[in-house]
Amino acid sequence: MAPGTVAPRIGGLTLSAWRKIGLAALLGGAILLPFLVSDYRTFQFTLVLIWAIGILGLNLVTGFSGQISLGHGAFYAIGAYTAAILTDQWQVPYYLTPPVAGVVCLVVGFLFGYPAGRLAGHYLALATFALAVAVPQILKYDPLEPWTGGVQGIFVVRPDPPFGLPINTDQWLYFFSLAIAVILFVAAWNLLRGRSGRAIRAIRDQQIAAKAMGVDTTLYKSLIFGVSALYTGIAGSLSAIVIQFVAPDSFTFLDSIRFFIGMVVGGLGSIAGALYGGIFIVFIPNVAEEISKAAPGVIYGVILIGFMYLLPLGVAGFVRTGLARLMRRLIGPAAGRDKASELERKQVVGGPAS
Amino acid sequence: MDLFVQQLVGGLATGGIYASLALALVMIHRATELINFAQGEMAMFSTYIAWTLISAGMPYWAAFFITVTVSFAGGVVIERVVIRPVEKASILTIIVVFIGLLLIFNSLAGWIWTYTIKPFESPFPDRPFHLFADISVRMHDAGAILVTLAVLTLVYLFFRFTPLGLAMRGAALNPESSRLVGIRVGWMLALGWGLAAAIGAVAGMMVAPITFLDPNMMAFVLLYAFAGALLGGINSPGGAVVGGFMVGVLENLAGTYVPFIGNELKLTLALLLIIAVVIFRPSGLFGKPVVVRV
Repeated sequence: MAPGTVAPRIGGLTLSAWRKIGLAALLGGAILLPFLVSDYRTFQFTLVLIWAIGILGLNLVTGFSGQISLGHGAFYAIGAYTAAILTDQWQVPYYLTPPVAGVVCLVVGFLFGYPAGRLAGHYLALATFALAVAVPQILKYDPLEPWTGGVQGIFVVRPDPPFGLPINTDQWLYFFSLAIAVILFVAAWNLLRGRSGRAIRAIRDQQIAAKAMGVDTTLYKSLIFGVSALYTGIAGSLSAIVIQFVAPDSFTFLDSIRFFIGMVVGGLGSIAGALYGGIFIVFIPNVAEEISKAAPGVIYGVILIGFMYLLPLGVAGFVRTGLARLMRRLIGPAAGRDKASELERKQVVGGPAS
Repeated sequence: MDLFVQQLVGGLATGGIYASLALALVMIHRATELINFAQGEMAMFSTYIAWTLISAGMPYWAAFFITVTVSFAGGVVIERVVIRPVEKASILTIIVVFIGLLLIFNSLAGWIWTYTIKPFESPFPDRPFHLFADISVRMHDAGAILVTLAVLTLVYLFFRFTPLGLAMRGAALNPESSRLVGIRVGWMLALGWGLAAAIGAVAGMMVAPITFLDPNMMAFVLLYAFAGALLGGINSPGGAVVGGFMVGVLENLAGTYVPFIGNELKLTLALLLIIAVVIFRPSGLFGKPVVVRV
């Protein structure tokens, strides 16, 4: 918007005020949710939050920074096993495990992203693909059995709600995950809006130009890969706490694919998209599995290709376009044009990335 | 000694299969700069088609050639229908489409033929093959090596000595100039996909008697094909073939002689190989480093 023009108002409020109201309503709804639905639904929404955190992690590196990872299921597994081993071997309280899992994955992700990040996009895709396929086998490996429990896996003790709160464990775990999710979403928003966010996007859109402008692309790429692994690792640790069980067979290559699908469906390069993606991943397969055991895979595949043809920016892009249209109608064509086109501009991502 | 030769020949046999799939990957990579993540699942699907034909009573080699033809046509159709609309899109978009294809083929195979593991017939008799002196290897291993060598020779002759092969090489190396001399670049790409699918089908039919047939059988084969293609050089067809044979032999010998690897860490070995190549020699042993003009 050019300086000096008056901010367009709808119903007497500016757009940013509307956005704040919307976010507050969303948070309020999220807090009330477990008191309105059954325990099982609460559990499912906890899973939505966990998947959303993991998808946000993948989106940081793939959607915002343009580096393709097909192996985030590996970090999810590492995070889950870190939490399970900490509580099982050293009786670490469960609420301390997400930060530890995050740091472990940050280090692993950084080290993994450093060599691969020097190369073109599909080398990282290849290396992460290999990582995702190999990790379940490492988890089953005999010499590691004293820690990982081998094929049997590890049981994680179900935590009780603290401070004598009048809620049950399902509800408590929902709030625990919600708090972590809110922290991580706000952190991602902060990371992406400033100088570092511009550098991250510049690497995606035009790496050579970013380098010429003084962005240390190799360092940034491995750092963002590490941060992304941290997010997904924390999601993994939460899943271990909530599901109370980890085993090699529950962390297959399909998890990596699920993160990927969640990201594409929710919206590449969109923070809110991670939430849509989480909802999709938790609720759609249940519907599909009623058709056939193989149906979710076919539906996932068709949806992936269909989104690339029809909605390359996912649900988030669709919502954004819809809002921009609504805005034009509400504010009127003249005043609305600036704001609406600004909204539309935001969703021009990708382009011919290297 | 006996064990060593057996493992070596066994390694060459699976190595030949990796080499075929690696060659399929390199063919698509040279033409489009992309790595087809669905290559393994396409090969698996072809193998199921062969299984269906053989179960219906068709002689092995008839089923073999029908499967190769069908796979070729399938590859062309996939390029024309699914890949072409996103041809000019970003790498990410195309990889999303590849993953979509991977999922569709994998689940479709599970849906049609169930996830039960099936034995797959080998065209070669089930008896040992006397190599020299008192050393013998499995007949299937020797046969698989012969079949892959035949395929590789055919592919080489095709690209080296036929006008169509020349046109395809031209379209891959320099699309603009090829278009100017009248080569239909789009169709050359589709033919490349068809050839890759046909080569993959042969690889699938050769590996299935060893691994048995199930919808997930190609995951590790594809991983080793990746490792082979990277080791040899992702933009060098000859290199990919040598690389495929090398990782096959390495896999078998390491599995036999390095105690902590055994069978349990075979995938991890492939992962380490891939990472090592990416760190130390990203262009592979025989590939040329990629230079980008700014």
